Amino acid sequence: MTEQKPSDPSFGRQVMGNLTEASAVSYQPMVSMDEDASLAPPGADVHSEDFYLAPNWKLVWWRFKKHRLAVISSVIMIIIAIVAIVPGFFSTQDPHVTDALQSFIPVQMIHFIDDGAIRPFVYGAVGQRNPTTLRVEWQIDENVKVPVKFFTRGYPYEILGLFTLDIHLVGVDETAPVEVDPAAKEASAGPNRVSTSLHILGSDRLGRDQWSRLMYGTRVSLSIGLVAVAISTVLGIVLGGISGYFGGTIDMVIQRLIEILQSLPAIPIWLALSAALPRTWSVEQTYFAITIILALLAWTTLAREVRSRFITLREEDFVVAAKLSGCGQPRIIFRHMVPTFSSHIIAAVTLAIPVMIINETFLSFLGLGLRPPAISWGVLLQEAQNLQSIALAPWLLLPGLLVIVTVLALNILGDGLRDAADPYTS
Amino acid sequence: MTQLIVKRLLLLPVLLFIFSVFSFIIIQAPPGDFVTSYIAELASSGSSMDQAQIDALRSTYGLDQPLTGQYLKWIGRILRGDLGVSLDWQKPIGELIGERLGLTVMLGLLTFFLSWALAVPIGIISAVKKYTLVDYFFTIFNYIGIATPTFMVALIAMWLAFSWFGVSVTGLFSSEYVDAPWSLARFGDLMTHMWLPVLILTLSGTARLARIMRANLLDELNKPYVEMARAKGMSEWHLIIKYPVRLALNPLVSTIGWYLPLIFSGSLVVATVLNLPTIGPMLLRSLTNQDMFLAGAIVLIYCLLAIIGTLVSDILLAWLDPRIRMES
Repeated sequence: MTEQKPSDPSFGRQVMGNLTEASAVSYQPMVSMDEDASLAPPGADVHSEDFYLAPNWKLVWWRFKKHRLAVISSVIMIIIAIVAIVPGFFSTQDPHVTDALQSFIPVQMIHFIDDGAIRPFVYGAVGQRNPTTLRVEWQIDENVKVPVKFFTRGYPYEILGLFTLDIHLVGVDETAPVEVDPAAKEASAGPNRVSTSLHILGSDRLGRDQWSRLMYGTRVSLSIGLVAVAISTVLGIVLGGISGYFGGTIDMVIQRLIEILQSLPAIPIWLALSAALPRTWSVEQTYFAITIILALLAWTTLAREVRSRFITLREEDFVVAAKLSGCGQPRIIFRHMVPTFSSHIIAAVTLAIPVMIINETFLSFLGLGLRPPAISWGVLLQEAQNLQSIALAPWLLLPGLLVIVTVLALNILGDGLRDAADPYTS
Repeated sequence: MTQLIVKRLLLLPVLLFIFSVFSFIIIQAPPGDFVTSYIAELASSGSSMDQAQIDALRSTYGLDQPLTGQYLKWIGRILRGDLGVSLDWQKPIGELIGERLGLTVMLGLLTFFLSWALAVPIGIISAVKKYTLVDYFFTIFNYIGIATPTFMVALIAMWLAFSWFGVSVTGLFSSEYVDAPWSLARFGDLMTHMWLPVLILTLSGTARLARIMRANLLDELNKPYVEMARAKGMSEWHLIIKYPVRLALNPLVSTIGWYLPLIFSGSLVVATVLNLPTIGPMLLRSLTNQDMFLAGAIVLIYCLLAIIGTLVSDILLAWLDPRIRMES
C-alpha cells in the first residue's frame, strides 16, 4: 500500500498545493526539495529551518510516527524482542523439564482480585484417573486457589550467557498456602490429585510448561528470522549492487541466476535440503544449517530491488559529480548511493523477517526443521499436529496465536516503514 | 506473440535441465546410495540378496559409474517415462504418483480460480470505496490472511469441526471410496471433501491478491484519463470496470508466475495436516524415510508445475498487454 494513510487526509493535499501544477500531476519519481516537503510532520511549517536542516532519518521518523498502527506494532515487537532476549525471566518453569504426572493440564488464567483484595492467584487443576483410558485427566477447579507472586524466585537461568539469575516475572507463591474449599476437599478426596503448579498456557503431552516453552521458542524463532534475513540481505545487497552498478555480462549472469532461483518451488526444495542434514548434528549445527537454507532462496527479491535502485541512481547528477571529483568506487557506492536507499532496504528487510519466521515454523512443524530438544514455535506446534492432540488439548494451538501476532506486527511495521521511507508518495 | 511463445518454449529444456540437476543432487544428498539402503531395508525385514543381484541392481542404476554417468542414466529413464521404483512402497513411482498428482493439480487449480474470483472484486471494492468501513474490513482481513500460516488455519478448522460438529475433516475421500475406481459417486464424494482444503488455501491467496489489486487500482484511479471519462459523463461503475480495472489487472496477471507454483507447493503443508492424498505428504514421507528416488521425482514434478505456472503467466501477460508483446 503506497497511498497516504487515512489519519492525515488533508495534509497531502495541502502540501500538493504548494507544488507547481506540473509536478502535482506528474507520476515520475523526481528528487527535488518540493517532493521532500511531503515528508514533513503534520502542521509543521515546510519552510521552517527545522525541516530543511533535518537529516533523512528524521524525516522518515516524522512520517513513520503518523502511522499509528505501525507505532503500536513496533511497541509489540519491542516487547517480543525483550522476551527473546531474556526468555528465562518470563518463563515460570524450566522448559525442558518433563513430568509425566502433569501432562495436559489446561490453561490457568491469572486472576488478580481475590475477595476484593489484590491477591493474584490461579485456580488449581484437579486430576482424576479416567477408568477406561487410565490417563489422569485434569480439570480446572474453582474451589482450589493457588496463590501466585510477581518477581518471585525460581529455577536459575542465564542471561545471554553472561550471568545467572533466578528472578522470574511470575511464579507460584510458595510462602502462601494453597486454599482449598473444605467442601470440595471432601468431594475430591480419594483418587484425585491436586496440582499446585502454575501453567499459564497449560502443559503438553510430557507435562512440560507450554508458557515457558513459548518464551524460549520466541528466542529461537525470532533469531532464526533475523539471522536468515541478515544473511540474505548481505547476499542481496552485494549481488544486487554488483549487478546494478556494473551492468553488462555480470548483470546478465546474476539476473539469470535470480530468475532460476525464483522459479524454484521453495517449500519442496527447503524440505529436501533440510531432510539431507545429518540427524547426528547438534542443535546449534542444525540451527545454522536451517538458517542458511532459508537464506539461500530468499535474497533474490532484495537483490532485484537494490539493482533497480542502482540503475536509476547510476545516472544521477550527484553520482556523476562524485565521480568527477575523483571519488573511488567504494566511496561512491557506500557514501553517496547506499544512504539514498537505505531506508528502503530497512523496510524491505522488515517485511522479509515475517516470511522467514513463517518458513521456519513450516519446516519445524513438518518435522524437518529444528528438532527437539530445540524449542521453536514450529516445534511447539508440532505437538498439535494431529486431531487427537487438538481434541484432547486445544491449548496446544495457542503458540500459533503468537506466530500470527508477530507476523502481523512485523508486516504492519514494515508497511509503515516503507510508506515513511518513500518520499514519492503523497 | 507466436515469437514470444516459441522463445519461452525454447527456454523450457534449459530450465528443465537445471531443475533436473537440482533434483538429482537431492537424491544424492543423503549418505550412502540407493542400493545400500535397499539392502538394509531388506535385511530389516528378514530377507537378503546375493552378490550377483546386488551387482545387477548397481549397474541398472549406474551406481558403479561416476556421478555424471548416474545422472545420465537417471534422466534417460525419466525421459522414457520411467521414474524408478520407490523403496518404501515397493512400487513403480509413476503408479504411486498418478492419482495423487491429478488431485494435487485439481486442488491447486480450484484454489487458484476461487482466490481470483474473490480477490478481484474485493480489491475493486476496497479501492473504489477507499477509507470506508468496507475497505477497513477487507484491509484487516487481508493483513490477517497474510499473517496466518495456512497450516494454522487448517488446524483451527479441524479443531472447530471436531468440537462443534464432532466430525473429522481429514482426507479427500470417505472410507468406502478410497480405493474405489473412478465413478460419478466417487467424484461427488471428492467434492464434499475438497471444499475445505480449497477454502483454507484460498484464504491467504485471496488476501495477497486483493491487496495487490487494491494498490494497482488506486494508482490507476488517480490518472487523468479517469477524470476525462468522468468529465464526459460516463457512469461511474461502467467507467471503472471498462478502463482502470483492465489496466490494474495486468500486474495481477504477472503474479500468476509465482502464485500458481506457491499454491502447488504451499498446499503441501495443509495436505499434511488434513492428511490429503496429494503428492505433498508423500514427499514428506519419502524425505523422512530417505526414499530418495521418490523424493527426487516429486521435487522434479514440483519444478515442472512451477515452470508451467511461469509459462502461463508470461503468455497471458503478452496476450493482455500489447507493450510486452511488442517489446519481444
